[in-house]
Amino acid sequence: MATRRQFIRISAMGAGAVAAGAAGIRLFGSALTDGQKATVAALTGRTPTYCEVCFWKCAGWVYKDEKGTIQKIIGNSEDLNCNGRLCPRGTGGVGMYHDEDRLRTPLIRTEERGKQSFREATWEEAFDYIAEKIKVISAEYGPECLALFTHGSGGKYFSTLLHALGSPHVAAPSYAQCRGPREVAFQATFGETIESPERTDIRDTRCLVLIGSHIGENMHNGQVQEMSDAIDKGATIITVDPRYSTAAGKSKYWLPIKPATDLALLLAWINVIITEELYDKPYVEKYTYGFEYLKEHVRNMTPEWAYGITTIDPTVIRETAREMANAAPAVIVHPGRHVTWYGDDTQRIRAVAILNALLGSWGRRGGFFRPEVFELPEPPHPAYPTPTRSWRTEFPDLYKMADAVLANGLCDATIPDPSRHCQFQGWIVNGTNLIETLPNQANTIAAIQALQLLVVIDTMPMEITGWADVVLPECTYLERYDDLRVGPHRKPQIALRAPAAEPMYNTKPAFWMARELAKRLGVIEYFPFETMEEQLDWQLKQVGSSLEEMKKIGVKTFDRPYDDLYFAPDEDVEFYTGTGKIELYSLALEEAGYDPLPKYTRHEEPPEGYYRLNYGRAPMHTFSRTSNNPNLTDLMEENSVWVNPRVAKEWGLSTGQYVHLMNQDGKRSEFPIKVRVTERIRWDSVYMVHGFGHDQKKLRRCYGKGASDTNLITKVLVDPIMGGTGMRGNFVTFITDLNAEEVAS
Amino acid sequence: MRYAMAVDTRKCVGCSDCVVACQTENNVPIGFCRDWVVEVIDGTYPQLEIELRSERCNHCDNAPCVRCCPTGASHIVEGGVVLVKPNKCIGCGACIASCPYDARFPHPKGYVDKCTFCIHRVREGMKPACVAVCPTKCMYFGDLEDPNSDVSVVLKKRKYKTLIPEAGTKPQLYFLI
Repeated sequence: MATRRQFIRISAMGAGAVAAGAAGIRLFGSALTDGQKATVAALTGRTPTYCEVCFWKCAGWVYKDEKGTIQKIIGNSEDLNCNGRLCPRGTGGVGMYHDEDRLRTPLIRTEERGKQSFREATWEEAFDYIAEKIKVISAEYGPECLALFTHGSGGKYFSTLLHALGSPHVAAPSYAQCRGPREVAFQATFGETIESPERTDIRDTRCLVLIGSHIGENMHNGQVQEMSDAIDKGATIITVDPRYSTAAGKSKYWLPIKPATDLALLLAWINVIITEELYDKPYVEKYTYGFEYLKEHVRNMTPEWAYGITTIDPTVIRETAREMANAAPAVIVHPGRHVTWYGDDTQRIRAVAILNALLGSWGRRGGFFRPEVFELPEPPHPAYPTPTRSWRTEFPDLYKMADAVLANGLCDATIPDPSRHCQFQGWIVNGTNLIETLPNQANTIAAIQALQLLVVIDTMPMEITGWADVVLPECTYLERYDDLRVGPHRKPQIALRAPAAEPMYNTKPAFWMARELAKRLGVIEYFPFETMEEQLDWQLKQVGSSLEEMKKIGVKTFDRPYDDLYFAPDEDVEFYTGTGKIELYSLALEEAGYDPLPKYTRHEEPPEGYYRLNYGRAPMHTFSRTSNNPNLTDLMEENSVWVNPRVAKEWGLSTGQYVHLMNQDGKRSEFPIKVRVTERIRWDSVYMVHGFGHDQKKLRRCYGKGASDTNLITKVLVDPIMGGTGMRGNFVTFITDLNAEEVAS
Repeated sequence: MRYAMAVDTRKCVGCSDCVVACQTENNVPIGFCRDWVVEVIDGTYPQLEIELRSERCNHCDNAPCVRCCPTGASHIVEGGVVLVKPNKCIGCGACIASCPYDARFPHPKGYVDKCTFCIHRVREGMKPACVAVCPTKCMYFGDLEDPNSDVSVVLKKRKYKTLIPEAGTKPQLYFLI
């Protein structure tokens, strides 16, 4: 039985952290010569990298000053993800390296007289501790009771480790907490997913429809760039959002929709497109299945019907539908990215997919292109052992369409429950701050309390590290090699990440950590190369390049094997669905017992005096991971709660004032948040940027700044189709009298 | 030669990449900035308009900061670019008070600092760091006397405005509207 974990604020650790300093800096590529001044021309000792501040993974060059200190990162102009232009976070990636609050050395939890703290440990001690626990868990419960939660490059190596041990349980919160419903919905409709970077051909579109997707505030670099290109070319932008987002400000049409009613609008658009015969008839006839069912299904879902639900004027609904049809097939009804909102998200995105199919935009210029991924040989290793149990068996008849492991599923299955056989005993958490990532924090912490082992790998002392048994400090992406980036795009590309500096402090790359653990656990044969450098060179030589070449160019572009970025005219396309066609009517969903066509269901509305909690992104931050970055904190150091002036008047709120927020379950924000009174938000909702309100004191710049939305998301609307965690069904009210409130508590 | 910059407010998303790129290019200490982003909202929900724009020193033709500088630290170089010589600056702050755009700040090292149009890059044939990094490509830089420069071309095509023209400073930062 695990002892109850106390959350350790890492500040309690001894001050004598191992300070290796920046003494041993190596220069790759052409070294700086003596006597050069710090002019631009002198900064030629550049190292290729691809960014790890978000998931877009833009390729760039790291430049150092004459002392060898990392100075700036500039986009690689060959890179299709960024076209030579990094976003603020990528440019500010230097702050991740320079952040003096970084984790510096391995830590192990100890207990003395009931007080838990971390002690600094050597890597050997840390690995021995972890390996011993993993052996015990594997022997007693089976290796399947080990789980990995991951975000980012390092996850691959721990994933190899887990699979080698016999556990299939590798979960990325980017699925069930973010884009999962989109992938399932597009898979069900077109037989293919959207993937990342998205296959949206925004560059050449004539009409871009954004539904709650705030491109420009979400700084998904390539998409922001292409939206700007589309603006230049005079494309029509239609934005559906209860908030006047930046994108709404660039739009010809802004539809200030009542929150939680988007599906009704989508169905009304489908209704208009069918009744006015605006759809692409030859395309629908040739490529789709179930049009007649769809037509019958939406017969009564008129703009007038939707008006009562969405508050959007029926004439605007018709006009915007016609705009889309006029632009078709160069139209994109954008599938969004973070789409886990109300629990019927797969069905909502199905409506998006259907709309695109009717407009004939899938496979067409200005719609959705066919991405190409570079096929890179993987290091050879023996077959993985076959797991005997799966998380799925713990959720009979649920989430049948989930095509990836659910992070929340693993979390739920960790909490002791007599009905479950495989309770998870050990978690490895790589680069994801689960406390801020998974909704319902109490649930996450209950699961953590049941664990025998929690290992956290991160560069920063994020909240999750405070719950760990062992903390392994990773060096930043600027100090390590990682696997080549091979992500999908218009042309196949590979990008190299090489270290621009030696790892600072006593930090190490994840590859090395996973391999060291593999040695101790007897599965080293799954890591045939001793270093990442050797692996990269081996892989690159298989495809006619080399590590040496890639260090010089950073990014290599290949030709597409076929000229098939878009469908050829009258091309016979075989879609990867049951019928081989685009399934407007989904047989796969029907077979699994779900609605084959999307239906609008009414969602709960805020009670009197409460407002729907909406959250989103700021362009200079990624999740909660950048909140302490010195360069990015400088741009935005705390979040604020956006309040409509009408609401502000009612509550006597003014801009700059601090309030607490309390949700429908009585959960109060841990820290006060600043009010921003603005016309940019509807009167029935409030808005805040995700990722603030850190309660880990060691994050000195961001501790206690702003409020955490995750903290207020206690109600989770789970998507029955694929298990996504809908997070927009929470309502908050204001606690304005801070002193009285503080006294009362 | 007359260097100028144009910022397309229709494309700017206010991401502040220009600010970080300037900081890392020019060693601007954290907590200070040579360029910044302004958001202006007009109207009542849902009839709204927003303007986002990246601002910096206007490198005025008639620069009050240069006229009022008692030591000659503030001076004008090729293309009308207004610069400060740190070793001549006594940090008196007269220029800060005289600038209608609030473009200057006291550097912790004791001198007044501001945007240089990245003249060190421009002299090498590159664009200023903010222009080069902008993901929306909303900034245009070049020589107004060259009709084919990026900035000349875009100012011919589009409507634009300058900030506080009534101050008579003849600012060289143009905002496309």
